[in-house]
Amino acid sequence: MSGEAPKYIEFGAYSRHVPPTIPVAVQQATGRFLGTRAARVAEMENWEALRQAASDLRLHTLAHLDVYLERLEQQVTAAGGRVYWARDAAEARAHVLGIARGCGARTVVKVKSMATEEIGLNHAFEQAGIQPFETDLGEYIIQLAGTGPSHIIVPAVHLKKEEIAALFREKLGVDAPADPVALTAIARAALRERFLAAKMGVSGANFLVAETGTLVVVTNEGNGRMCTTVPEVHVAVVGIDKVVPDWESLTVLLKLLARSATGQKLSTYTSFITGPRRSDGEGGPKELHLVLLDNGRSRILADEVARETLKCIRCGCCLNVCPVYKNVGGFAYGWFISGPIGAIFTPQMLGTRAGRELPYASTLCGACVDVCPVKIPITKILLHLRRRIAQGDRVAPPSAPLATRVAARLARWSLATGWLYRLGARVTPILEAPLARDGWIRWLPAPLNRWTQVRPMPAFRGGFRAWWAAHTKGRSTP
Amino acid sequence: MQRPVQLFVTCLGEQFYPNVLQQMVAILERLGFTVEFPAAQTCCGQPLYNGGFQDQARGVARGFLHAFGEGDTPIVSPSGSCVDMVRHHFLELFPPGSAEHELARGMAGRTFEFSEYLVRKLGITDVGARFPHQVAYHASCHHLRGLGLATEAKQLLAAVKDIELVPLPEEETCCGFGGVFSVVYPEVSRAMMQAKVRNIIGTGAAAVVACDAGCLMNIAGGLRQAGSQVRAMHLIEVLASQGSAR
Repeated sequence: MSGEAPKYIEFGAYSRHVPPTIPVAVQQATGRFLGTRAARVAEMENWEALRQAASDLRLHTLAHLDVYLERLEQQVTAAGGRVYWARDAAEARAHVLGIARGCGARTVVKVKSMATEEIGLNHAFEQAGIQPFETDLGEYIIQLAGTGPSHIIVPAVHLKKEEIAALFREKLGVDAPADPVALTAIARAALRERFLAAKMGVSGANFLVAETGTLVVVTNEGNGRMCTTVPEVHVAVVGIDKVVPDWESLTVLLKLLARSATGQKLSTYTSFITGPRRSDGEGGPKELHLVLLDNGRSRILADEVARETLKCIRCGCCLNVCPVYKNVGGFAYGWFISGPIGAIFTPQMLGTRAGRELPYASTLCGACVDVCPVKIPITKILLHLRRRIAQGDRVAPPSAPLATRVAARLARWSLATGWLYRLGARVTPILEAPLARDGWIRWLPAPLNRWTQVRPMPAFRGGFRAWWAAHTKGRSTP
Repeated sequence: MQRPVQLFVTCLGEQFYPNVLQQMVAILERLGFTVEFPAAQTCCGQPLYNGGFQDQARGVARGFLHAFGEGDTPIVSPSGSCVDMVRHHFLELFPPGSAEHELARGMAGRTFEFSEYLVRKLGITDVGARFPHQVAYHASCHHLRGLGLATEAKQLLAAVKDIELVPLPEEETCCGFGGVFSVVYPEVSRAMMQAKVRNIIGTGAAAVVACDAGCLMNIAGGLRQAGSQVRAMHLIEVLASQGSAR
């Protein structure tokens, strides 16, 4: 993040005013994905062994990332591609814009890519007078709507078909019925010409195979093949964490990815791209450029606990299963990546000053840990980051509000001091007596009103110690 | 032969559910245990730990370690999340090699959640209770995923006379409590709690049973706000029951 300080992410403020249509749309879609996922997982006898293998191989790759990245660079270069290294988002944008200017592109077509969302590439294109066209249906929709993605694999998951139809009518001036087939046909017709006109296609990649320098792009709509083969120039922007050692490793991850994401055995299209076309007789682009993006990943790598964040293969399953995500949607998380993985990734990438609310956006229920195909210990990393925020660590000084830190010290003092704890337990029921009715408290002063504004609180009862004393009276003391 | 157990009552248990603690003592005594209550105990430090305040949590955990001390008497608690704290997180709070780390290691090995202790350690599923009502079971997160107790509470419920267990849709979905979460993001907590309450009411059960005071406070509050007559009960309340609902 060169230059500008990242904007503070207001999860709490957003969560107080979630548009009511969002949880409905999100829960419908994620429920469907989880249902099919469960069926696919049940078919696999070795699912747990696969998860373990995937976790091991991702950790191994991260531990030797330098080796595999160098091998990747050699192999991509040997296949006729060109590799660029980008330390941060600005460098990555500069590389891509440089390539676009070099080939004289006025328009570019894009496959859904979280890495280009991460670096804000579309905005940079527009600033440079180049028009980017998203070609994945979901990305096309959110580009029309002018928002970021609200889910890492289904970017427009927050919208219902009626809302999409209204958006098409408004932005495209066409008569769009609230019918998915008709809406897809409208988008397809609009996009077809873009594919043919664009000089440059931009993609991400789900994986990079170091062994052969192969980009692996997984899609369901076929737009990925169009973007990476029709234009003369193909640019891929990919995080350095996406490298896998070899094809054998890749097969393990591919088995897990689609099943975890959409409940498919395999996505409709899995494209393997090794270099540009070798002769004019072949299909495919004349030039292949690979921009490898660090943007803070190597910093995460240095943190032993948090490192496992980078095992992520972006299946989105942790979002689908997360009760918090399903009630707030993706925009609450303030960046392109949301849900549990966003809650641990974003504060590390943008810093805990901007992202301090996110690690607390979890009940630590652990549902995400159960389904993660690469076994990221998400709750453990959430706690690790909460510690960074509350009291600071090697990576960052504390960023929690002073009042919270003072309250924690007071809580420690009263909970760890026996007589004070027992005194509190005796005094509280007396203090709250005027507020309690039928054993319930409907109102409490701030900050405790944060409980009672949502549901009544059972009244303090206490009295166990007195009961115990009476119960054990006459018993020989232990 | 009288076997001793130590009660770990938990701070929420002591302040909000003293009846559950009394019933737990009664059941354990009926099973032939001599129950001890280390009176110096306060809280395990979980709220501070989960808030990220590990240094403060360490201070509270230290008090816990000294309250229960050395020895090999089993420590039994009516809360999955508090046992999860003692078993899995105390060790992280004290540097390996320190006396407190060793004390924590011993405590991790002898601290049990109530249903876990009965079913896994003692092999007991029938405690002689009778509860002639329909009951739905909510799987508390730390009980289920933290301690891996997927069937123990249900086995105990199944052995209760005249009880009818009805399936709760999304039984394993969090109720929205989440400790500090419930007051940091109350609106999200409410949305999750309301979904849980809708599912509970939909079963038509007379009571919903869980094994953690935090979840019960949240769910009971939600049920009350919804004007529902469904009771949120701790497992122990059902196991201590001898006939009527109250």
